[in-house]
Amino acid sequence: MPSFLFWIFALLMLVFGAGVIINRNPVASVLNLVVSFLALAALFMSLDAYFVGIIQVLVYAGAVMVLFLFIIMLLDLRAEKRRKINWVATVGGTVVALALLIQIFYVVSNLRDARQPFPPLARSTTDDVHNIGALLFSAYNLPFQIIGVLVLVATVGVVVLSKRQLP
Amino acid sequence: MNATVLPWIALLAPLASAVAIMLFTLRRKALSSYISCAAVVVSFVAAVALFARHETAAAAMPWMDVAGVFTVAIGLTLDPLSRMMLVLVSGIGALIHIYSLGYMREDAGKARYFAALSLFMFAMLGIVLANNFVMLFIFWELVGFTSYVLIGHWFERDAAAKAANKAFITTRIGDFGFMIGILMVWMATGSINFTEIAPQMSILSAHPTFLAVAALLIFCGAAGKSAQFPLHVWLPDAMEGPTPVSALIHAATMVAAGVYMLVRVGFIIQASATALLVIAWIGAITAVMAALIATQQNDIKRILAYSTLSQLGYMVMAVGLASGNAAIFHLFTHAFFKALLFLAAGSVIVALHHEQDIWEMGGLRRPLRITFLTFLAGGFALMGLPPFSGFFSKDAILALAYERNVPIFVVALATAFLTAFYVTRLVVIVFFGQPRSHAARASRESPAVMTIPLSVLALFATTGGFTGFSRHFVVVPHETSGAAVPVFALAALFCGAGLALLLYRGRATETFDVDLLQRKFYLDEFYRWLIRSTQELLASIAAFTDRWIIDAGAVRGVAGGTWGFGALLRLLQLGNLQAYSFLFGLGIVLIIYFAVLR
Amino acid sequence: MATLGYYLLASGMLFAIGFAGVMLRRNLIIILMALELMLNAANLSLVAFARFRLQADAALAYQAHVFVFFIITVAAAEVAVGLAIFVALFRVRQTTHVEDITSLKF
Repeated sequence: MPSFLFWIFALLMLVFGAGVIINRNPVASVLNLVVSFLALAALFMSLDAYFVGIIQVLVYAGAVMVLFLFIIMLLDLRAEKRRKINWVATVGGTVVALALLIQIFYVVSNLRDARQPFPPLARSTTDDVHNIGALLFSAYNLPFQIIGVLVLVATVGVVVLSKRQLP
Repeated sequence: MNATVLPWIALLAPLASAVAIMLFTLRRKALSSYISCAAVVVSFVAAVALFARHETAAAAMPWMDVAGVFTVAIGLTLDPLSRMMLVLVSGIGALIHIYSLGYMREDAGKARYFAALSLFMFAMLGIVLANNFVMLFIFWELVGFTSYVLIGHWFERDAAAKAANKAFITTRIGDFGFMIGILMVWMATGSINFTEIAPQMSILSAHPTFLAVAALLIFCGAAGKSAQFPLHVWLPDAMEGPTPVSALIHAATMVAAGVYMLVRVGFIIQASATALLVIAWIGAITAVMAALIATQQNDIKRILAYSTLSQLGYMVMAVGLASGNAAIFHLFTHAFFKALLFLAAGSVIVALHHEQDIWEMGGLRRPLRITFLTFLAGGFALMGLPPFSGFFSKDAILALAYERNVPIFVVALATAFLTAFYVTRLVVIVFFGQPRSHAARASRESPAVMTIPLSVLALFATTGGFTGFSRHFVVVPHETSGAAVPVFALAALFCGAGLALLLYRGRATETFDVDLLQRKFYLDEFYRWLIRSTQELLASIAAFTDRWIIDAGAVRGVAGGTWGFGALLRLLQLGNLQAYSFLFGLGIVLIIYFAVLR
Repeated sequence: MATLGYYLLASGMLFAIGFAGVMLRRNLIIILMALELMLNAANLSLVAFARFRLQADAALAYQAHVFVFFIITVAAAEVAVGLAIFVALFRVRQTTHVEDITSLKF
């Protein structure tokens, strides 16, 4: 993939990701997050991970974000009113986040393979659904089943948690 | 009869009798008394046989061996000293056993009494025959135990039980020092056997302080057993026991064990001049102090008890003046006349139906003729009137003091003066004058079973001092100071006797009261205060420790510390989500820093 | 040419943004969304590494993709449950402000 596309999509992702946490209106945050996810999916595609990219769009942007929107609408959440800023906490948090960022920079720049270009792929990779499916049902069958149970449990939990208290 | 068996017979016959009585014949009182008497007579016969033959064969049995480092054998030593002591102890013991047949005739615990008496004979003979420190110490303790049993024979009486305790505990204090002294000697010479230690005295002499301390600690044991100052407080109270017990144990034999032990290990003590000086002065102090107290006592047995203390002081003084021979000579004569005095006093007490206060007596010389004459003989011997035996032995000690240590001579002379004083006082008040109570008026002479031992002892008290007789038994010290000492001694005697006659002739009550002497220099009160304040100090320390260190410190400290720490930790629970995430992030940054980037 | 390092950096920056969001925003919904950002940053890293380290026959190592699949599924379940809790909490407290919910304070 031409590198300028990488830059575009990376930039989009980061900018809209920042937008998520900057916006005061939760709906705006959600929409920013959706765009960020779409950019992320594009990045996945650039890495020849087509199935994962599609799943990202379908599940994350399509289902999870819709869920967020539904909840925000349901509870009629408005933009939060301005409150007194706790400067100590803010500064502390910013410092920690920056420190983390710097550390990540440092680690990545010392990584030996960081400057290597990606090795070429041998054959066509359009059948990654097939391959992932094969892996899921053979080597990772047990985690797959457990994931199934997990989702079931989550479903039951959600139903129980959101019941109104009986009068 | 094989000679090596004889000492064992002499030693073990009383033990066999004690065991037989305790196991089999406790209910049959008369039989028990006869068994006991028979055993002690057997011992006496064996002792005389050994004495006559001049046996010196010593038998030994190995008993304890700890890795070759510490060996104890049960051995018997048979030199002239121990042979003499054997005869003395078993002879006087036999006389007293016979006397007890009469004295304890109506006593309910007669069997128990004779069993304890036999056990005592066994233990005392063991002390005399022992050839090493450990065996000596074992029998030493056994003698102390039997003394406890016999003093507390009438244990229903509170005073007797307390006196028995006091005797045992006080002598135990002395024995503690004794044990440490023995251990010190063993540490230095590697042996506890007397014959093995003697050649090694040079090792000990090289360390004078160590030797002095060891010698003085060994003397502690003698000070306890022979009731020297300051461990003398038990002897007067021990008069709560039956009179034959007082005669045997607390006059003739057990208290003499201390002096005997000092002479036996004389080679250790005489190697240290410091120890000798201390011992001599303690003996002198005991002698004069006891004599002073005796002048103000009103119980006949108490007076005799203090007199014993005083004479023991003389013996210890002689040991301290580096003459074991003079000490043993005085021990020899003292055994006879003191036992005589006690038995005669017992005769008086029984005749007056167990009355012991001398002011309730009086004019007894006519009804109790034999008792009076024998008592008089004993009294003269005690005062040191020639030609009675006491004169010779006391004179030997006074001559020794005159030669070697004049201050002690002065003290000893003063004691002789006081001795004459209180003996005369006693005789005048008890036997002369008018009878002062109904019991005195109605008294009759004691039966023959009591008066015959009295007569035998009186004979020895009178004649025992003559060199012709005594040289077979003891080494009579030579007289080297000429006529000065006997003159001084006789002068002191007549002054004391004369003063007492003057003050007490024909009187019915005490002439003067000296509280200090009557209360025995307040020593008993002092000891009581000492023990009480020590205990209170210890108790307050323990209470303080318990209340502040354990309760407040350890228990509440731990609880409070935990609580405080918990209170500190509680501050971490902020309840604020973002604070938690901040701390979380901080932790991650730090971990990455230390794990990855360092 | 985008190398591995660029993808990793992008992933790291996205993670830092999400972490800052968790620490600094006081609206619970936004915090949940920031959490999602962090998860996705991790996904990006995984996929980048998968593309970089090929198998012996120069084929993709699909284990990482399977892992990403699981992460997405779990994240979805987590969001569902988290939002359900949020709804229940909102019903009781009527607030989305995180500083109002401090019952566990000492």
